[in-house]
Amino acid sequence: MRQALEGSQAIARAVALCRPGVVAAYPITPQTHIVEGISKLVADGVMDCELVSVESEFSAASVALGAAAAGSRAYTASSSQGIMLMSEVLYNIAGLRVPMVLTCANRAVGAPLSIWNDQQDSMAVRDAGWIQLYCADNQEAVDTTIQAFRIAEATELPVMVCVDGFVLTHTMEPIDLPDQDVVDAFLPPYHFARMLDPARPISLGTLVDPAWFTEARHSHHHALLKALPVIEQVDRDWQAATGRAAGGLLEVIGPADAPTAILCLGSVASTFTEVLEDHPPDDPVKLIKLRAFRPFPAEALRAACIGVKTLIVLERALSPGLGGIVAVEVQAILATVPDAPAVHGFAAGLGGRDMPVELLPDLLAAARAGRPGEFTIADVQLSKLPEEDR
Amino acid sequence: MDAKPTAPGTGSLKAQDYKSDLKPVWCPGCGDFAVLSAITKALAELQVPREDAAVVSGIGCSSRIPAYTSVYGFHSIHGRALPIATGLKAARPDLTVFCAGGDGDGFSIGGNHFIHACRRNVDLTYIVMDNEVYGMTKGQASPTTEPDWTGSKLTPQGPGVAPFQPLEIALSAGANFIARGFSGDPNFVVRLIVEAVRHPGFSLVQVLSPCVTFRPEQRAWKETTHADWAPEAASTDRREAFLRLLDDDGFTTGVLYKGHNPVFAPPHPSSANLADLEKGFAL
Repeated sequence: MRQALEGSQAIARAVALCRPGVVAAYPITPQTHIVEGISKLVADGVMDCELVSVESEFSAASVALGAAAAGSRAYTASSSQGIMLMSEVLYNIAGLRVPMVLTCANRAVGAPLSIWNDQQDSMAVRDAGWIQLYCADNQEAVDTTIQAFRIAEATELPVMVCVDGFVLTHTMEPIDLPDQDVVDAFLPPYHFARMLDPARPISLGTLVDPAWFTEARHSHHHALLKALPVIEQVDRDWQAATGRAAGGLLEVIGPADAPTAILCLGSVASTFTEVLEDHPPDDPVKLIKLRAFRPFPAEALRAACIGVKTLIVLERALSPGLGGIVAVEVQAILATVPDAPAVHGFAAGLGGRDMPVELLPDLLAAARAGRPGEFTIADVQLSKLPEEDR
Repeated sequence: MDAKPTAPGTGSLKAQDYKSDLKPVWCPGCGDFAVLSAITKALAELQVPREDAAVVSGIGCSSRIPAYTSVYGFHSIHGRALPIATGLKAARPDLTVFCAGGDGDGFSIGGNHFIHACRRNVDLTYIVMDNEVYGMTKGQASPTTEPDWTGSKLTPQGPGVAPFQPLEIALSAGANFIARGFSGDPNFVVRLIVEAVRHPGFSLVQVLSPCVTFRPEQRAWKETTHADWAPEAASTDRREAFLRLLDDDGFTTGVLYKGHNPVFAPPHPSSANLADLEKGFAL
């Protein structure tokens, strides 16, 4: 049913539709509304679920891990410093190949302390071995949350659903929430093959010596690569069930043969989709909306870049001392392509700075005036800084 | 920080001198205003030069306090104020170090550090503004919240968990000075902080500090608190202090315990040098 919902409440409702057995909750801005929303649904008797209110994000991730290992469909959510505190457990969850879903309400990582949106938190754990999917709007957040449980359970990998804090979590949007029977048919009751079972005792997390560690890593890496077609197929199945797709691995918006493309992740893709509708047709620009960041859809990216001469990569995070995170990965992936586009890396929107519609023409101008391979923080106001820091 | 160097013992510093120019963003009526005021009054009474004091905090409403003082401030990571303060004190034992924060920060996410800070018994003063709620994230149950408090959206049927007992845990873990105050009796809080700073080792001052926004019923603490642990009659015997706690309703204020456990000191400089050590590896 179509209804006006705050992003966090929409995500909470989507989680409820997936019938998790255990949800672990610890408050952190801007994520708190999600677990509070779930808590209300549990208290109202809408969800038959154990909600465990814990003492830290480390515990939240650990409670979810224990529940998932015991065969329960598990969920938790966090942001920023919470994701950082979870990071040791996040590596464990993925390395143990225990499926679960986590919403990351993206927020900057301190210091300096900021409660506002960027994507440094999820980028900081990109190598933890989780699937990471980025949402451009709250309909995608709902659809991706439901898909995430199916992807996790099909691949035995945890899935992080990334939604921009405040920009999505605190925004009211008209949302189509699927009916329970649609979700039940899409997401059948969960059975974890390696669950902790007294009838068939196993141990999780035992010490692995050098004779096997490399092989465990190899199989984890390949599990992520093998998840690429799963992510695509699950989105196709969702489209068949609801009439809506959520962007597959990546989505190309605008003229397919445009020589200029902008690649971005998250809510700014929605902004740019609108901006490009009014963009002059004699300067064709297309948008590459990257939904799956891990596993990285290298083939899909190469296909999307055929004919592209100038590729702008815009990200809401950076790797200090290097520059772009996504931009560098994109450059590496395109390095073997003949006539590869010139890649121009930009960060913007850090720590909650708005990404206005004017940003797009500014990026186009900066890329066309700049050198390929360069990285710039597009919206830095250098006049605020002392001379030596500019 | 507008640091004007001050010489100790001049008696020239007033409480106001320890306040910064920033106006606190706390809600009107928050108990933390009185705690801030008590810290600055205690500093004035102790005449600690501003450049010789530091306030380290974690994250939360009360953890904003370093910004509101004019001494060295460190607004650190959620729950990690105590280990950071420990490092600070280890590097600069001459500083008067305060740790300040809330019950969520100190007993929940930072609960482990609290236990080990008591054990380590570093000479610093930990002021916990306890309002039995997470205020900054808009009203969730904290470790000190009553199990049947139904005011939180996260635990609408109550947290259902036995409250954390900071004083009992501090006493068990080896803290050297344990006191409880009430922000509605700020002059008494000043006295507790002064005694805490003067007493060597780890000092815990739990200050019941009402959250008028999310726990308006805490305004009644004015009636429920009772100053029955007279500072001059503080127990120096752990057994007696434990017995006092068994009779405590959670609202007794004063000094519970003054111990004489060994105070943490960085290892003494060794008389050995590297050249002597290397002789042992000579082939």
